[in-house]
Amino acid sequence: MEATDTSHPDYYHRVVDCQWACPAHTDVPEYIRLIAQGRFTEAYLINRHSNVFPGILGRVCDRPCEPACRRGRVEAKPVAICRLKRVAADHRDDISGKLPPIPELKNGRRIACIGAGCASLTVANDLMPLGYEVTIFEQYGEPGGLMRTNIPSFRLPHAVLQEEIHMIVNMGVDLKLGHPIGSMKELLATGGFDAVFVGSGAPQGKNLDVPGRAAAAANVHIGIAWLESVAFGHIERIGERVLIIGVGNTAMDCCRTSLRLGAKQVKVMARKPRGFFKASEWELQDAEEESVQIVVNRSPKAFVLDGGRLVGMTFDCMDYELDARGRITAERVSGEEFIPADDVILAIGQENAFPWIEGDLGIEFDKWHVPKVDPVTFQSTRPGVFFGGDAAFGPKNIIWAVEHGHQAAISIHKHCQGEPVVARLPPGVNLQSRKMGMHEWSYSNDYTPVERRLMPHVSLKERFKKLNIEVELGFTAEQAAQEVQRCLNCDVQTVFTAKLCIECDACLDICPVDCLTMTPNGPEAELRGRLKVPAKNLAQPLYVSAPLPQTARVMVKDEDLCVHCGLCAERCPTAAWDMQKSHVHWPQAEDEARASEARKPKIA
Amino acid sequence: MTFIAKPKVVHPSLPRNALGLIRRDYEGALSTLCAGCGHDSITAAIVEACWRQSLEPQNVVKLSGIGCSSKTTAYFVSGGHGFNSVHGRMPSIATGANAANRRLTYIGVSGDGDTLSIGLGQFCHAIRRNLDMLYIIENNGVYGLTKGQFSASADVGTKAKKGETNFQPPIDPVLLAMTLGASFVARSFSGDKQQLVPLIEAGLRHRGFALLDVLSPCVTFNDHEGSTKSYAYTREHYEPAVQADFVPPEREITAEYGPGEALAVTMHDGSRIMLRKLDAAYDPTDRGAAQARVQERLKSGEFLTGLLYVDPDGGVEGGRQEFHQVNGTPEEPLNSLPYDTLSPGSNGLAKILARYR
Repeated sequence: MEATDTSHPDYYHRVVDCQWACPAHTDVPEYIRLIAQGRFTEAYLINRHSNVFPGILGRVCDRPCEPACRRGRVEAKPVAICRLKRVAADHRDDISGKLPPIPELKNGRRIACIGAGCASLTVANDLMPLGYEVTIFEQYGEPGGLMRTNIPSFRLPHAVLQEEIHMIVNMGVDLKLGHPIGSMKELLATGGFDAVFVGSGAPQGKNLDVPGRAAAAANVHIGIAWLESVAFGHIERIGERVLIIGVGNTAMDCCRTSLRLGAKQVKVMARKPRGFFKASEWELQDAEEESVQIVVNRSPKAFVLDGGRLVGMTFDCMDYELDARGRITAERVSGEEFIPADDVILAIGQENAFPWIEGDLGIEFDKWHVPKVDPVTFQSTRPGVFFGGDAAFGPKNIIWAVEHGHQAAISIHKHCQGEPVVARLPPGVNLQSRKMGMHEWSYSNDYTPVERRLMPHVSLKERFKKLNIEVELGFTAEQAAQEVQRCLNCDVQTVFTAKLCIECDACLDICPVDCLTMTPNGPEAELRGRLKVPAKNLAQPLYVSAPLPQTARVMVKDEDLCVHCGLCAERCPTAAWDMQKSHVHWPQAEDEARASEARKPKIA
Repeated sequence: MTFIAKPKVVHPSLPRNALGLIRRDYEGALSTLCAGCGHDSITAAIVEACWRQSLEPQNVVKLSGIGCSSKTTAYFVSGGHGFNSVHGRMPSIATGANAANRRLTYIGVSGDGDTLSIGLGQFCHAIRRNLDMLYIIENNGVYGLTKGQFSASADVGTKAKKGETNFQPPIDPVLLAMTLGASFVARSFSGDKQQLVPLIEAGLRHRGFALLDVLSPCVTFNDHEGSTKSYAYTREHYEPAVQADFVPPEREITAEYGPGEALAVTMHDGSRIMLRKLDAAYDPTDRGAAQARVQERLKSGEFLTGLLYVDPDGGVEGGRQEFHQVNGTPEEPLNSLPYDTLSPGSNGLAKILARYR
């Protein structure tokens, strides 16, 4: 194998699995260390820089970081990254003085954002400090988009949502509530905006067109629209027996909300077996804890009415054949079942819809009526019109929408400054040694064998009394103190300097997880097989050094299981190994602004 | 050294041996040797060999004298028995323990000072008695604990850290052992585990005295330019002559060996060592020739390494007799013999004393 090029910023970024998995590149290990030091405000600000809504995401993030967490490879469960984010948000001080200053003098560029959801709010958050005037148009009377309408308040309290949205709105955003955009043509022609960002989400829930649908309409609800009506207080009751069709995260919110509106018996109907569910494992657990029954292998067939009123649904009972890798190879119907119900909620997906964007504006859509959006710049086929969040590529989640917002803000800035939107700053990485002295490293490098802490919940007796009782109580101080120590500090990198190595084997012998090997070089597949413990996780790269001075062998490190304990560096007599903190720099609009400023000719 | 203990976390797919133990189960206490010490690598090689041999930790006896090397017995097989003897007197303790219980596996770890200076007499007699043990010398050519004076194995012309030159000729433990009739004589290098681990395995299985001299650079006092026992110098001047592949009794020899390339030596328990000759002119079963060859290479400053001499009949009927055969020690450990077998009693004692009247 070629010697690994660690100067490429992606190399060390990838080692920090959580940060690499986070769409917004949140510096997870850094904020966990700050929490460990009791510096909640700083931890919050690190989060806010990348993901803008730490309080919200600390409760409802889809947590792509947790399945990626390295702790989950040496132990059963990953670090509770998401819940630690909430710890930072819950315990921080007032940060109003620590947000970027908003220039009094504006730069004369006006930006329109459509929809006051997380994507638009992120665009405003990034552009307001640069002097842009941002106007957000929102169809409802409250900002927040899907975070407000679709996430029930027992998971995300209204106050938390309001506070984080207002941090952005208070930057001086012109927030026009109750102001739906009926015509893009009109907005472009008469609005006087230099750029338009469409962050209107994917507001259309999918329908289920089976017999009896029209006749049962009064008791059949589209999941996201129903949640929205509940959020705004238009719906306050539901029948005793409720069926939820679909088993994604919206279905989980629907079933748990039903329980709070008077339902006694709630069943979630899944077409496929458990391994195929779209809902996150923890959301399933929370629903099941509340006695929601999840029924698998039932495919909806018809709504059944009696005297014009819905009495239940019939389902096909499905049988599936799976191959060795758990994929479905065949399916057949083995019978039919009737399940009684008073109300049915459909949570089988949602789509973006743009009836208000005229066809002659140069904004192209594909055959599924999804806008053609550049995945890097988020620009549509019409320069100056950008899409982000669910509006761009269909339903994802908040953290993706935030990153779309960051990237769209860069593009909007470049567009407004007359720079090409594709010429973007590359990411960078800085490394800094953590060595303090003899046997002293400026990070907590000992491996703490505590298991993942369990989130305390409001008792099952109490939580159903009101719709807005937050179920999760947040970690106690003791729990947080233990959970932070589970983080392996993957951003404190093992940095190797081949020319200093005397090949004494000290690092190999001390490595607790046997991730180092000194061996003659070879092709990757063969090299992986001959390491001290074969490197079977192909998703994790091998580090291969330059040839070593004495024997021309190479130092190979399997990045898969390193626990960043630093003992290789501690035992190295020549400091060929060093522990260095990597700081990944992921450019945002402010960095682009600084770079444009630096490019301008200086007037003497 | 470090004060930071190796964390208990392990690679989840670490292989298990016949006893169901992982390599980490054969580790010992936190090493207090200098970072980069060759001795720590030897410790790791012993851990690996004991794990591969599926030794039951409670049946391992670790013996040592005084010195950096003698500290290392604390760093492996923490479930075994340990005895840290007076300087240079480890062979006496090993003899006593061995006589009392021949069922245990004896590993002695000593240094060039402990073995070749203060303990030279003891060392020679352990070889002469053909004590059933593996005797590892961690040989770095200096007295590390007393800050780097030349030891009895320092080569002529080697330079100390501050620049003085050594003019006294070294005692070579390999040549000495061959002269004294040892039945298993090997030399290796701490920085070459591929060679070292199978040698330790073979030494553990050998019946009788197995000597393993391991060049083990002192990273603090003897790893500079001008030293003949530094990592760099050793790498340039060690010459593997014989590669020993240890083959346990239950396993077939599957590797392909060309005619004349390899020689199988069967040990008393049915296990075998496949000796692969890297130096065609070398015969590891001919004591005289082997001795001459080692000496000749030493003259030109090269350390011949590998299993340099093995008595193919060592420990077997008709071959060189080892300690237990010579002395007729009991098969059962003394601590499990019934009291009346172990003690002659008053009458017995009276009879014995009568012989001297």
